[in-house]
Amino acid sequence: MNDAAVNDAAVNDAAVNDIVGTIRAGNEPAQGLKPRSELTARELLREVGAVLRMSEAEAAKLGDLPLDPADDQTMIINMGPQHPSTHGVLRLMLELQGETVLRCKPIIGYLHTGMEKTGENLTYMQGGTNVTRMDYLSPLNNELVFSMATEKLLGIDGDIPERAVWMRMLLSELNRMSSHLLFMATNGMDLGAVSMMIYGWREREEVLRFFQKVTGLRMNHNFIRPGGVAADLPAGWRDDVLHLLEMIPPRLEEYDILMTGQPIWRERLQGVGVITAQEAIALGATGPILRSTGVPWDLRRDTPYLHYDEVEFDVIVGSYGDAFDRYAIRLNEIRESIRIVHQILDRMPTGDYRIQDKKVTPPPRARIDESMEALIHHFKIFTEGFKVPEGEAYVAVESPVARSAATSPATARPPRTACTCGRHRSSTSNACHT
Amino acid sequence: MSDTLEPPAGAPEPPMLHGVLLSDSHGQRVLHPTREQYVTTVRTLLDDTYSMCADLTAVDYLTFPNRTLPDGIAGERFELVVNLLSIERRERIRLRVQVPADDPSIATLFDLYPGTEAMEREVYDMFGIVFTDHPDLTRILMPEDWDGHPLRKDYDQGRIPVQFSTDFAARESRP
Repeated sequence: MNDAAVNDAAVNDAAVNDIVGTIRAGNEPAQGLKPRSELTARELLREVGAVLRMSEAEAAKLGDLPLDPADDQTMIINMGPQHPSTHGVLRLMLELQGETVLRCKPIIGYLHTGMEKTGENLTYMQGGTNVTRMDYLSPLNNELVFSMATEKLLGIDGDIPERAVWMRMLLSELNRMSSHLLFMATNGMDLGAVSMMIYGWREREEVLRFFQKVTGLRMNHNFIRPGGVAADLPAGWRDDVLHLLEMIPPRLEEYDILMTGQPIWRERLQGVGVITAQEAIALGATGPILRSTGVPWDLRRDTPYLHYDEVEFDVIVGSYGDAFDRYAIRLNEIRESIRIVHQILDRMPTGDYRIQDKKVTPPPRARIDESMEALIHHFKIFTEGFKVPEGEAYVAVESPVARSAATSPATARPPRTACTCGRHRSSTSNACHT
Repeated sequence: MSDTLEPPAGAPEPPMLHGVLLSDSHGQRVLHPTREQYVTTVRTLLDDTYSMCADLTAVDYLTFPNRTLPDGIAGERFELVVNLLSIERRERIRLRVQVPADDPSIATLFDLYPGTEAMEREVYDMFGIVFTDHPDLTRILMPEDWDGHPLRKDYDQGRIPVQFSTDFAARESRP
């Protein structure tokens, strides 16, 4: 592309067709940053609010620069994929001018394990074991949204027993607490409050111990299933939850002393990574990130699911959209979750913990010993799975960590399960005829 | 005609929104624009308070060619599914766009929702759907030199040969 034609729409279209043509011919573009000199002003402008942060005037000025690659005084370096500050593996491709980062392109996918492809060959009964691993910090929320989408397709979403619904709420709120506690731990460590890591893990472990008692596993529970939950709460569960609710608030006070009020902590977070509400919405950010910019959007309150409309809690909102707001929101959301769990304890009804619908519910264990039909029923459900009618549904829940899952299932096996990054969990289901 | 879509009795007029066929799926509104109507429809919705694109993904219907779709919509192999959210009205709307297998390309939404950049890259990576005018259409999850698009139905899941495989011929030929 010559520089006189940078803004020429016709030439631009030709360039686009060029790209499409190359891709079709099997020559795909490399995953690199394009040299700045090859970017058109239009492309730079479009990136304001996305990957690039620069004023329109600055961007326009860049468009006026003579396109001379030799004069490009920038350097592109890689940070990662094995950098101590990137939990898991993440590579950042940075464009530097001196010590200033001009642009940044995150390269992800190092942990991609093809769960969506795996999900295509699993039944709905087995789907829970797959989705629970998509985000190990909030496994119960993953299961919840998958189950809710499946129930919607089955048309039984209104028939879930009360106890199951309240149990789901209990587990989902405790999971929010454990997830936010891990956020405190790892972020504290990254920002220099290294002892915070141990404190955060310690409290999280207490919550996971409760999960272990209820579900049998610390994580990857596969406990919330289509039709209800896998088992009733164990004896003594109320005392365990009360123990958690008594133990955590004073520990949060300690976090306040260790972090919130600390000048170093504030220095490192306040005014850092500021995004505006407009940017957050344009980029599709939800959850604590969106709330930090002052947008009061919480799916538990705004599009209530389970029985969130019957409990009282506050939606925590920030005002600056910086890293400190995002930290403070999560800290206070733990407190709100504690408030919700108290109400759940008061309201927990007795009754069945899963729907008595033979289509989706396996027979009780004791029945298998005495009835051939129950044995066959159990075998059929666990080997073949249950059939879900053709259709599609979308379910979104407020999940503590950044993920959003979309599933598009068919009759016995979901042909499509997708998982993208967002700030709440959601699920789409597309089902088809076989 | 799908049983989830209920046309008013006696009136053959299908429900429309912004000139696009509207259907109902479990109480959720779904729009079925054509590829030509796609960007215009999304722009209209963006002006109509749908300020957030919550999700953009695709489905490969290779193994389900005769799926139920509203009248007037011919099912193609690929389907792009876009979820839009109106924070003001607390509403969601979904778009399902048919993308044919012989020309898997569609316009990008990057100009309307910058957040779709990564999601469109993922759809390109996984399904091989090309988004025209996308600023940086490269693979996002798979390695750069990867062959094929893994979430296509005709893409085999693949196996890793294990030591205790029963495939004795393969075992013996191993160096």
